Amino acid sequence: MKFRGSAIVMTVYLLFLLVPIYWLLNMSFKTNAEITGGLTLIPQTFTLQNYVTILTDPSWYMGYVNSMIYVMLNVVITITVALPAAYAFSRYNFMGDKHLFFWLLTNRMAPPAVFALPFFQLYSAMNLIDTHIAVALAHCLFSVPLAVWILEGFMRGVPKEIDETAYIDGYSFPRFFIKIFMPLIASGIGVAAFFSFMFSWVELLLSRTLTTTDAKPIAVTMTRTVGASGIDWGVLAAAGVLTIVPGALVIYFVRNYIAKGFALGRV
Amino acid sequence: MEKTQNNKAWFLVLPVLVLVAFSAVLPLMTVVNYSVNDTFGNNEFFWTGLEWFEEMVTSDRLWDAFGRQMLFSGIILLIQIPLGIFIALNMPKSGFWASFCLVLMALPLLIPFNVVGTIWQIFGRVDIGLLGHTLAAMGIDYNYTNDPLDAWITVVVMDVWHWTSLVALLCYAGLQSIPQAYYQAARIDQATRWSVFRYIELPKMKGVLLIAILLRFMDSFMIYTEPFVVTGGGPGSATTFLSIDLAKMATGQFDLGPAAAFSLMYFLVILLISWVFYTVMVNMDREDAK
Amino acid sequence: MSRITLSNLAHSYLANPASDADFALKQMDHVWDDGGAYALLGASGCGKTTLLNIISGLVRPSQGRVLFGDRDVTDAETSARNIAQVFQFPVVYDTMTVRDNLAFPLRNRGMDAAYIARRVDQIARMIGMEDRLNRKARGLTADAKQKISLGRGMVREDVNAILFDEPLTVIDPHMKWELRTQLKDLHREFGHTMIYVTHDQTEALTFAQKVVVMHEGRVVQMGTPEELFETPAHTFVGYFIGSPGMNLLDAEITGSEAHLQGVSVPLGAVYGPTTGRTQIGIRPDYVTVSDEGLPFTVKRVEDVGRHRIVRAEFQGQPLSAILPEGSSVPADPRLGFAAGKINVYADDWRVQPTTVPGGA
Repeated sequence: MKFRGSAIVMTVYLLFLLVPIYWLLNMSFKTNAEITGGLTLIPQTFTLQNYVTILTDPSWYMGYVNSMIYVMLNVVITITVALPAAYAFSRYNFMGDKHLFFWLLTNRMAPPAVFALPFFQLYSAMNLIDTHIAVALAHCLFSVPLAVWILEGFMRGVPKEIDETAYIDGYSFPRFFIKIFMPLIASGIGVAAFFSFMFSWVELLLSRTLTTTDAKPIAVTMTRTVGASGIDWGVLAAAGVLTIVPGALVIYFVRNYIAKGFALGRV
Repeated sequence: MEKTQNNKAWFLVLPVLVLVAFSAVLPLMTVVNYSVNDTFGNNEFFWTGLEWFEEMVTSDRLWDAFGRQMLFSGIILLIQIPLGIFIALNMPKSGFWASFCLVLMALPLLIPFNVVGTIWQIFGRVDIGLLGHTLAAMGIDYNYTNDPLDAWITVVVMDVWHWTSLVALLCYAGLQSIPQAYYQAARIDQATRWSVFRYIELPKMKGVLLIAILLRFMDSFMIYTEPFVVTGGGPGSATTFLSIDLAKMATGQFDLGPAAAFSLMYFLVILLISWVFYTVMVNMDREDAK
Repeated sequence: MSRITLSNLAHSYLANPASDADFALKQMDHVWDDGGAYALLGASGCGKTTLLNIISGLVRPSQGRVLFGDRDVTDAETSARNIAQVFQFPVVYDTMTVRDNLAFPLRNRGMDAAYIARRVDQIARMIGMEDRLNRKARGLTADAKQKISLGRGMVREDVNAILFDEPLTVIDPHMKWELRTQLKDLHREFGHTMIYVTHDQTEALTFAQKVVVMHEGRVVQMGTPEELFETPAHTFVGYFIGSPGMNLLDAEITGSEAHLQGVSVPLGAVYGPTTGRTQIGIRPDYVTVSDEGLPFTVKRVEDVGRHRIVRAEFQGQPLSAILPEGSSVPADPRLGFAAGKINVYADDWRVQPTTVPGGA
């Protein structure tokens, strides 16, 4: 009885989540004539033309490439700087550590809209506008505090005796960190990378402000195509579907870690 | 864990510090600079003191946006927190179906914000969207581009669609950490379903709920892209939330001074409200322990 | 309150158990008498907790029946069985006060408020928490919490049985003794059937009237502490109970004598022919060390306080003996076995003698 109730609740909720996505998918396989002609629950004139358009036109597919580049850059930079910092927070007391930690976290609370304009001016001044690194660095502002927080939680779970044993065995700090410590918190690194990826991938305001053509992300390509001379609904839907795919893949691979990362209560 | 006092640890924090200083402090200084100056371009600045702040504090437009923002965040929290808890309670505990639900529920969280907007923009349209079309077919006059109430409902439902899973997943993780013995003891004590929730599940979820409320408050308070794509802040300014208003001011009208003053106050309000939330909930927790 | 009967019971956590090894609990018939104080003793993973959960209804057995008195409760819900259970780790409702915790099982059953208040006070006095009744359970020490769990188990007067699943694991040693004594008093006072799961023989032997020893999913012996000590039914019982455990030596049996590599030892009873691996078992307490008897080699002598333990080798097999206070190991030590205290085992199970001295 109870099982049946839960199943109904979950089915209804998942339907609520999936129907709008299905509608997008559905549209992406239709011709514009069919989309505007009337409502059809499954494509009557099934076509891959919308996808072909995107995958053959550089102004479309370069959007994906750009997004991928700066997302990856962001993940790499974030993890690289967050690891030693999280280690310091988890292992040592030092002057101003609590304030520093709190200050890092307040950055998570800053509205991107507040930073958009100053970022634009700062990066213009440094000739970084429209580069992948600019977007990656800007996103670091939000992903680094998060990563430090998550990693610190995982590191606290590793007993300090392990560090001490390694030093007694003659390991240098970098060698200990890479050979012994990092494998121990591998799942933590995975979770932190996942959240960095997630943030950078879904963000639009900053990436739009900081790019014009060469590093323009796919999400922005979509907004600029809309409303030019009538909307190409089919292509728009197909582009949307393609932005969901990388996220879906990442979720699938880290599904066993998601609950664990959430369990730490650190998002 | 016992921590050692070691000021050399600063070296380990240094990269983060440099990076964040570069991407947070410098821009923030720029904002502060704008907020107390007037400029006509060409890097010429005129000291204006707190004039812009005064203008903003007395601006009806800002207060309206602030009111809408508070209303929106309030509604969002009232719907998403209970709904998220409810969903978490109904999720399968383990096995294939647990992974299945996890993956599908996490899906909306990884869709770029503007695509979320696009999905709902399309979904709600009366001509080509399933939702809009169905409602119209049922004889309901639904049009989110003309009717402020419809626009609000659309934006709220979209946010529920987008973020409830985050609350649910957090609560689910909290629930997973409850040892089986608690449920067994409750069965032996003949506790009702409500008692199990009230005395076992809710206390154990408290920590993650605090995080969920904070996150949802902060993010809903900063919401920009999704409603912008769907309604563009309209009809009129019915769904013009603080970020949308700010972006209009800064990029559309190039009112840099007021926008900067606005930004600073915005940031401080979020910090303040988050801090109040946090302190109140932590204090409640401490009271409880007595 | 009623007698609990396990009839033809077996349990496997697998859906389709193929071999004996797939069963966490091998087939058994067992009766727990009403009002008895039992200890369920065994090493970790021997199926103790599974058995307990089957009795309480948290696990449904794959085969067999569970009877409370004459009522078949195999398919009955936990709540319908009217039992109480205390778990290994303290289970308390953190946000409730100590008083509400204790009253919870009674309130859920719609008892009268005046009765609840009276009963809660009584239990609080028993567990020594009457001064903290209005405090939140959260933030109490682990043993205070476990006392609350014990109290919650005890609060209902009409339970069929109270089950304890290693309840003293998290308790400090000095508190363990105190709580165990309290449990015994409670048992005397109220006469509930109590089943106490533990892997600690001291706990089992001091708490229970009858100890049930389990090994690899099987009940190998049920008896009084004395029976377990004097006549272990299985070599595991001999080894698991007593410190150090029983000495086991390979031997051949003819009539009333055991032959150990040419040496004869009188058994004090007559045995029929045995099959399989035959061993004699003798407690270290009944091995005497003096200057006459069988030759052996002393490896070392351990001082454990009241007495000393001689670790030795006899015919290439390890052997322990307990040296009473005041005696010492002679220069040329010899050993002897107290004749009436030797048990004979064939393939690990005890062989009954055909005649007992003093009988017939």
